[in-house]
Amino acid sequence: MFDKLSERLSGVFDRLTKRGALSEADVDEALREVRIALLEADVALPVVKDFIAQVREGAVGEAVVKSITPGQMVIKLVHDALVKMLSAGEETATAISLNAPAPVPIMMVGLQGSGKTTSTAKIAKRLAERQGKKVLMASLDTRRPAAQQQLAILAEQIGGRSLPIVPGEPPVAIAKRALQAARLEGFDVVMLDTAGRLAIDEELMDEVAQVHAATNPHETLLVADAMTGQDAVTVAKAFKDRVSVTGIVLTRVDGDARGGAALSMRAVTGCPIKLLGVGEKIDALEDFHADRIAGRILGMGDIVSLVEKA
Amino acid sequence: SRTSNRVTSSISGIFTKRKLDQELLDELEEALIAADLGPATAARLVKVLGKDRFDKEITEQEVREIFAAEIANILRPVAQPFALKSLKPQVVLVVGVNGSGKTTTIGKLAKQFQAQGKKVMLAAGDTFRAAAVEQLKIWGERSNVPVVARETGGDAAGLAYDALARAKAENIDILLIDTAGRLQNKAGLMEELAKIIRVIKKLDPDVPHDTLLVLDATTGQNAHSQVEIFKEMCQVTGLVVTKLDGSAKGGVLIALAEKFKLPVVAVGVGEGVDDLRPFEAEVFGRSLMGL
Ligand SMILES: Nc1nc2c(ncn2[C@@H]2O[C@H](COP(=O)(O)OP(=O)(O)OP(=O)(O)O)[C@@H](O)[C@H]2O)c(=O)[nH]1
Ligand SMILES: Nc1nc2c(ncn2[C@@H]2O[C@H](COP(=O)(O)OP(=O)(O)OP(=O)(O)O)[C@@H](O)[C@H]2O)c(=O)[nH]1
Ligand SMILES: [Mg+2]
Ligand SMILES: [Mg+2]
Repeated sequence: MFDKLSERLSGVFDRLTKRGALSEADVDEALREVRIALLEADVALPVVKDFIAQVREGAVGEAVVKSITPGQMVIKLVHDALVKMLSAGEETATAISLNAPAPVPIMMVGLQGSGKTTSTAKIAKRLAERQGKKVLMASLDTRRPAAQQQLAILAEQIGGRSLPIVPGEPPVAIAKRALQAARLEGFDVVMLDTAGRLAIDEELMDEVAQVHAATNPHETLLVADAMTGQDAVTVAKAFKDRVSVTGIVLTRVDGDARGGAALSMRAVTGCPIKLLGVGEKIDALEDFHADRIAGRILGMGDIVSLVEKA
Repeated sequence: SRTSNRVTSSISGIFTKRKLDQELLDELEEALIAADLGPATAARLVKVLGKDRFDKEITEQEVREIFAAEIANILRPVAQPFALKSLKPQVVLVVGVNGSGKTTTIGKLAKQFQAQGKKVMLAAGDTFRAAAVEQLKIWGERSNVPVVARETGGDAAGLAYDALARAKAENIDILLIDTAGRLQNKAGLMEELAKIIRVIKKLDPDVPHDTLLVLDATTGQNAHSQVEIFKEMCQVTGLVVTKLDGSAKGGVLIALAEKFKLPVVAVGVGEGVDDLRPFEAEVFGRSLMGL
């Protein structure tokens, strides 16, 4: 799969290396290959379409740089456009904002099994270690067996604090109790880990909206799996609509998925990807780098630096 | 049905009765891609339709029927319910990437097998994740089946070995072994899985009798890599597709069925103990096409 795109594109361009500029037909043919590559990387179709239209505009008439092949040039154009779309032009990764009165509530939302609880502990650890913050973690997951216990164990593992569990207490009440406890005990941040839910589950989406309304989180992070397919747009839209997501945490970036969902979700929510989960361990959390994800979506990384040197 | 919202809406509105031209074929192809069939499979299905019907009048209903039938044809050979054998015990190893639904599926299977009069035992082979053992224990309590566990951090292969020994001693019919989630590209973790299998084979060379790979329906094209590598590393005998109650359609399954021909033994349609169904090719095909 890797480098397939560059092979395809060099095939397309082999016969026209000597020409001076890219014609519309050349560009269209090349972009057909790019389209397939993006779809194979799980970028959602509507996002692929917008993206291709954008790149096409920039590519037509572009002069072919002598030292490189047109195929590589198209790859560079595509790569740069991907980076731009993934980072919204920001040079550096957008950090989690704590710019609000303490205790700052941060809510974690997402589909079942996406990595919310693990990411909650990872972020708490990072805020404590790097910024010296006092973080309280609370599990609002009253549904999945042993979910609250999972967060309590993780909190212990990182030497952090979790809200004592009160059996049978509903999510909104837990959230309020967490904020109250944080206020009384002088915590800087309260991390609210919610149960996994399907975007089309009205009842549970209502529940999470209620938690949001009751706690008014400063950050609401959508935790999503890098292996997500075309459904990423539905999920991202639904969560953005109901709980005004402020950022995305992409998990399982340590896998071999091409991660097109990152682009889909960035595009439909307009929210920055703030952090990457890169493993099961509690310190496996990294800043987002648009160029790395772009290279990964295209199934290649080195071509771009090659082109840049040329 | 719920699994087909997007395909339904992209196909309806395309036409009532109109000529099957290239533009229409392109739209149909896009609807299939949006259902995670992947660009190659979508192109091929559309080509089949184009070959028979190009330039002829066709209705929306007909298009859906044709695709649903085609998809059902592809999937029918892999729609094989889980087979209970009269072994004591039948050993079922459950594997998959992180968070796909392994533990939940074991909880559901335990109830089904028990309802069929089987003596079931669970082995908490996820010795890594926080509260994974507690989670499985709660599932065990729900169906009142015993759970063999050690504390977190122990050796999964040793635990599986102990569980098998106990299952044999206690005349258990079915032993379901849970494992930690692992990404297929992690050689070290995949080797641990191979080790579990090697170690339990010391007690009985025929185990595990079944190795189920649990796939999340939300997953896109990476499912290819998951099936390929898990199959190679631990002789997967069947697939379970979970979270089909969501908006994702699991369309990648069509290409998987053609490529790997692994039986799909069950599908997960919720978080409750009864939310497990047999996989039915016609139902899947028709619901994917909004019929
Ligand atoms: N490889 C890898 N595994 C991860 C990552 N993040 C989480 N996991 C694993 O994914 C699985 C699910 O993680 P959880 O944190 O329990 O997910 P969740 O979203 O809280 O799940 P629910 O509460 O059931 O919805 C666990 O096995 C985690 O160890 C990651 O970045 N990489
Ligand atoms: N909606 C829905 N949720 C499901 C289904 N199957 C599992 N889940 C949920 O998905 C999440 C993860 O399920 P688990 O059974 O813990 O997954 P796992 O593969 O054991 O996870 P790890 O052991 O961490 O790798 C939980 O929140 C489950 O309730 C399903 O069919 N439908
Ligand atoms: Mg959780
Ligand atoms: Mg599990």
